[in-house]
Amino acid sequence: MAGPVLEMRSIVKTFPGVKALSDVTLTVRQGEVHAICGENGAGKSTLMKVLSGVHPYGSYEGDVLFESETCRFKDIRASEQHGIVIIHQELALVPHLSIAENLFLGNEHAARGLINWRETLRHATELLRRVGLAEHPETRVADIGVGKQQLVEIAKALSKQVKLLILDEPTAALNDEDSDKLLDLILELKNQGITSIIISHKLNEIRKVADSVTIIRDGRSIETLDVKAPETTEERIIAGMVGRDLDHRFPERSPHQPEEGAAPALEIRGWTVFHPIDQQRKVVDDVSLTVRRGEIVGIAGLMGAGRTELAMSVFGRTYGRYAGGTVLKDGTEIRTKTVAEAIGHGIAYVTEDRKHYGLNLIDSINRNISLTALGKVAKRGVVDEHEERQVAEGFRKSMNIKAPTVFEPVGKLSGGNQQKVVLSKWIFAGPDVLILDEPTRGIDVGAKYEIYTVIDQLAAQGKAVVFISSELPELLGMCDRIYTMAAGRLTGEVPRAEATQEVLMRHMTKDKEVTR
Amino acid sequence: MSTDVTAKSPAPAPPGGSGPAAGTGLLGLVLAGLRRNMRQYGMLIALGLIVVLFAIWTDGDLLLPRNVSNLVLQNSYILILAIGMMLVIIAGHIDLSVGSLTAFVGAFAAVLTVQHGVAWPVAMVLCLVVGAVAGSVQGYLIAYLGIPSFIVTLAGMLLFRGLTEILLKGQTLGPFPDGLQKLGNGFLPEAGPHTNYHNLTLLLGLVLIAAVVWQEFRDRRRQQEFSLDVLPVRLFLLKLTALVAAVLVLTLLLASYKGAPIVLIILGALVVGYGYIMRNAVFGRHIYAIGGNLPAAKLSGVKDKKVTFYVFLNMGVLAALAGMVVAARLNAASPKAGVNFELEAIASSFIGGASMSGGVGTVLGAIIGGLVLGVLNNGMNLLSVGTDWQQVIKGLALLVAVGFDVWNKRKSGS
Repeated sequence: MAGPVLEMRSIVKTFPGVKALSDVTLTVRQGEVHAICGENGAGKSTLMKVLSGVHPYGSYEGDVLFESETCRFKDIRASEQHGIVIIHQELALVPHLSIAENLFLGNEHAARGLINWRETLRHATELLRRVGLAEHPETRVADIGVGKQQLVEIAKALSKQVKLLILDEPTAALNDEDSDKLLDLILELKNQGITSIIISHKLNEIRKVADSVTIIRDGRSIETLDVKAPETTEERIIAGMVGRDLDHRFPERSPHQPEEGAAPALEIRGWTVFHPIDQQRKVVDDVSLTVRRGEIVGIAGLMGAGRTELAMSVFGRTYGRYAGGTVLKDGTEIRTKTVAEAIGHGIAYVTEDRKHYGLNLIDSINRNISLTALGKVAKRGVVDEHEERQVAEGFRKSMNIKAPTVFEPVGKLSGGNQQKVVLSKWIFAGPDVLILDEPTRGIDVGAKYEIYTVIDQLAAQGKAVVFISSELPELLGMCDRIYTMAAGRLTGEVPRAEATQEVLMRHMTKDKEVTR
Repeated sequence: MSTDVTAKSPAPAPPGGSGPAAGTGLLGLVLAGLRRNMRQYGMLIALGLIVVLFAIWTDGDLLLPRNVSNLVLQNSYILILAIGMMLVIIAGHIDLSVGSLTAFVGAFAAVLTVQHGVAWPVAMVLCLVVGAVAGSVQGYLIAYLGIPSFIVTLAGMLLFRGLTEILLKGQTLGPFPDGLQKLGNGFLPEAGPHTNYHNLTLLLGLVLIAAVVWQEFRDRRRQQEFSLDVLPVRLFLLKLTALVAAVLVLTLLLASYKGAPIVLIILGALVVGYGYIMRNAVFGRHIYAIGGNLPAAKLSGVKDKKVTFYVFLNMGVLAALAGMVVAARLNAASPKAGVNFELEAIASSFIGGASMSGGVGTVLGAIIGGLVLGVLNNGMNLLSVGTDWQQVIKGLALLVAVGFDVWNKRKSGS
């Protein structure tokens, strides 16, 4: 294969008090797809910021060579002029502008300050064709899905004559179908001679698109593996990332033995919810399910299957318009019309989107943990700060939240540690039923294991756990029973013994076309 | 008196854990503490600098007992408004109506007492009720009907200004009965033997010092009880000394003139009370939660609408109180009273560390911000700077304060 297009040699980057990168060397060959793997906080994003000029030349040590020339980028613009374009995890599109306007934002086809719309549309159409996006260039970005927005970002990169495309967790927010499309596009671009660097947590994706993978751990490059080589297994990559062999990705757990005769901790009957805006669309359609104490019950489904919508509408009607159904707790019907009622009945919902719905990022760890159950550390409406602090210290130790003090703003923590704070907060509320929505999304392998262990302990303490996840292996590893959903309906119930990825996937894709 | 709460202000990040970072000397400890609470202490230091500068420029006139007393009286109503405004801003809203509302309540008080001869205590209660009603109507529209607070209170600003003029028929109305006048100009009565100082004020100061010391020691003991990290002994003593000294100086200054103004005592009670609520009460926590991340607060079971409603109701009550103080101080209700008060209160909050996006700020910060503006006002008056330049300088002060904050955050953030 061809020689290196990019060499980063012994990169060291320090922030006040922290050494983010202590010694990273990365070599990317011309025309390959190069994956970068590592736990959260390992330094992947920092490395890419060095490469793209976010951290300008001079603020780091070591050399960056692109096409055999030393790079001295002072900002992102400089790196883009050389053909290095980075697409961030959070998309940088303006929702109320059209696709075409977004494509050429800051780079408009214009003469004397006036935009040439003919040329803009022509070029936009051409770029959209290259990324395989069948949308009119004048469509508003807000009106297309996240998957398509991702394609617009790539088209934008192509408009800048990209030679090296950097994608930071490009599929984190996408469903399987969109992910596949995106990965195919990366391979297609590779055929056109564009080199890509892809940061990803999803090992199966890396296996699908990447030629080689560099593993970064604690700010050091550990090794670069040839993905196509037979000895590069997923276990092998994980071992490199965590620095230990990970025989067991899930804690050992003995399947739950249901108590005879006892009513389920939570039972949902005939639950139906309409879409909040589109009043005709049933988002959750006649769903009934049960969860017993000590049991972990999974809910599997593709994007848009209605899992989060089900959970949120049960939890204080925080989603959509309620259209029918009852909730029973230990055999008695309960009201869950508001969040306070749901919490009062011992139900907790741990959101899939911790940054927007789970945490007050500018507030401290201790105050985030105590918020849902302030009454427990308060007397007559007055919070006992010392007790609150002690509670938070307890969780910091038991949950292994990595932070100097409990007064640290949660916004400064890594994803895994933030997730631990969200879990602590809901465990502190002392619920009987925990609904966990994608509790391990976007967090690294080591933290995942810790969170699995916590979930397992919760079940062992007799709590009923509903585990919503898009990652089938984790459902298979953790759950006693797994429900599947598709297009708002419950399409299957699979006991642990019979559950395989294939069985679940078959249920998850069932009825999809029929119900419309 | 407001210094009392300094005891509590640094507590959002009591030193611990990362404490030993900056060396072992006392100075190192102090610096480390400062660095962690740049936002809190930055403005306090700035306030101190402004006071020292103006004291020098005015040849000490700024710190004459009479002037200090005056300074308190002049700024009391803005400070009262700033407390309420801080809560509104922390909750992620804004209130533009408070200036007009103070004028309206002043007019209402004048109509009651001057025209209809209602007894002043009854009139005061009625005024507070009017403020509460005005606040709760606006709060209802904002919280339950979801109309943006900027719009609702902009409408309120026009509406109350108009109602004030209607009520007063464009005239100035006064004078007020003695009891109400005391609210704006009164001092604590003198009692006991003749000394060179005002006895009750001295007594009050001593009680305050005792309370501060007791509170600090209790806090420390509680922290040790829960086996949490405490401030190093030397730093603790330094902090205690500074606090006691501050209270003592203010007490002596006031006691050597006419004593503590009544409005200062009210203000002190408000600062202590609201500071306590915002830090320790469930209600206060919920205000921070909805301002910091509304969806997350909702999903945590916080009754966001109710909290928002009460924040505006509270603002209405405080605006009514401020309105009475202003009217009492001028000894007349005027249709032009309270112009730009909302902007002064908002500026105080932002100088004192509030954030446009909500979720951040302290009651003490609002007071410090208000005092920065107040001392600038007073100092420039003493130097006979024209109101034209005063406005320019106050505008710059707001820019510099918030600019420093943004710069400081960026430096520590990335």
